[in-house]
Amino acid sequence: MDTEEFVIKQVSIFSENKPGRLAAMAKALQEEQVNILAFSIAEAGEFGVVRALVDQPEKAYKKLTSMGFVVSFTEVIGVKMRDEPGGLYEVARILGEAKINIEYSYSYSGKGMAVLILRVDNTREAITQIRAHGGELVRLPPAAIPGPAGKGR
Amino acid sequence: MFWEPKIETMPVEDLHRLQYKLLKSLVYRLYSFSEFYHRRMEDAGVHPDDIRVLADLKNLPFMFKRDLRDNYPDKIFTATPEELVRYHVSSGTTGKPTVVGYTANDLENWTVSLARALTSIGLSSRDVVLVSYGYGLFTGGLGLHYGAERIGATVIPTSVGNTERQIELMQDLRATAIACTPSYMLHMGEVAEKMGISLQKDTQLRVGILGAEPWSERMRNRMQEWLGIRAYDIYGTSELSGPLFTECTEQKGFHVWGDFALTEIVDPATGESLGPGEKGELTMTILQKEALPMVRFRIGDVTEMDEGICACGRTHPRVMRITGRVDDMLIIRGINVFPSQIEHTLMSIPEVGKHFMIEVDRKMELDTVLVRVEVSPEAFSDKITDLMRLKAMVAGKVRSALNVNADVELAEPGTLPRFEGKAKRVIDRRKL
Repeated sequence: MDTEEFVIKQVSIFSENKPGRLAAMAKALQEEQVNILAFSIAEAGEFGVVRALVDQPEKAYKKLTSMGFVVSFTEVIGVKMRDEPGGLYEVARILGEAKINIEYSYSYSGKGMAVLILRVDNTREAITQIRAHGGELVRLPPAAIPGPAGKGR
Repeated sequence: MFWEPKIETMPVEDLHRLQYKLLKSLVYRLYSFSEFYHRRMEDAGVHPDDIRVLADLKNLPFMFKRDLRDNYPDKIFTATPEELVRYHVSSGTTGKPTVVGYTANDLENWTVSLARALTSIGLSSRDVVLVSYGYGLFTGGLGLHYGAERIGATVIPTSVGNTERQIELMQDLRATAIACTPSYMLHMGEVAEKMGISLQKDTQLRVGILGAEPWSERMRNRMQEWLGIRAYDIYGTSELSGPLFTECTEQKGFHVWGDFALTEIVDPATGESLGPGEKGELTMTILQKEALPMVRFRIGDVTEMDEGICACGRTHPRVMRITGRVDDMLIIRGINVFPSQIEHTLMSIPEVGKHFMIEVDRKMELDTVLVRVEVSPEAFSDKITDLMRLKAMVAGKVRSALNVNADVELAEPGTLPRFEGKAKRVIDRRKL
């Protein structure tokens, strides 16, 4: 399989840190029937960055941009982890030994399986290394992410 | 107490006669030797011969701060390089600052003006004066320094910053007076209390020479009661030389030495002269300035004047407290800031849009400035560190342009207010 298949387009949104901003985004995505598979908020005082994996990134981008949000796509990868002690270590060790730096990450945990979403400084090399060490990566679009969030479509 | 009793208590008619003589020779000098003033007077259709009485002053053309900016740095100076002995530099309205040059006589007049003023508030060679205005390009520090030395007082040239150390020195060297901004005086009082020191009981401080920013009678009463000092207003701008005039012990407006300056209050819209007790724009002609003469200079400060003879015996007119500005200039910790300067700075940073808001507050008696900008979609990075770096970069550029520390906040595009016509980009929450 080609490396590119595992590159996930994450939607990143700049948001002022004030009540109602997340609700406005979420409502817009609901209206567009875009499903959010996983998301996180990184906050830095008066603003934050909302990072989301969605089933239809282009549609989400278009809608949010039309509403005046600043949106960008960021490449991330999703690594399947065993949902048991040592699961994270396996993944982190592979990347560490390959000298790949993790810029940020968040995770999603479903039925018997967890998915670690990673932003790394060398996406292609990370995919190659994880697969070479027998790791499993998720692909989007996305029913590939298991659990409740993956059902939508 | 008077520094120059004969001049300070001169009969008003004599003072007017002296002013007329000085004005007449100033106008002839400028008409003959300055291309700038010559052209200005021709454009206004006025010749030095037309100045026949003091009131003819009002036929002369005005000068504005923009004249200094347009002639940056020294195009309208009327002194030779050999005659110049100093420069001071203050903020302009946009990118370019304003440069003021001084001859030896200019510095002498500035110093004498302050020697008279400091004497009028009861200071003398027995006093120890802590000068906590900035030394350097700003006129406050050096101006007060030489003025206080002239009357024989002992100067502690602390300049700005390190409040704890200033309070220690104030105690140890038995300072009796301090020159600083009124907000810094209050800040010092608070810091001293935190150190377990009462400025009222534990120091010799009895006089505050407070200026470079507007303040109020409410602040005066608070400082006098709380800090145990007599608080006096001091006034001046760099274009006029620097801080020049103070109130006397009567505390009823600052005396403008008539042999140095002619004072007018004009309607900011029409330029027409206003009478005593009428509020308008303070306009001054400095009668004896050599390097950078100022004729009918529209300062932009709003106030009124009183030409009645003061109870202190001085016959020179008094100007009341400054109550506002005719333009949108802000004074932040004693430093003049024009919103247009901030706009000019932000325009050079493509990562933030051209819309911005300025929020000014006073926390612990010190002014704080928040500049809110919109992050442009092209500059948006998903990484927080990149956005923090952008904020720091904007703050750095604002700081180097204004000499004022500002906090920066990033806002979503399109969320800051848009204005049609005159923009109101400043929210000033300070209460004086």
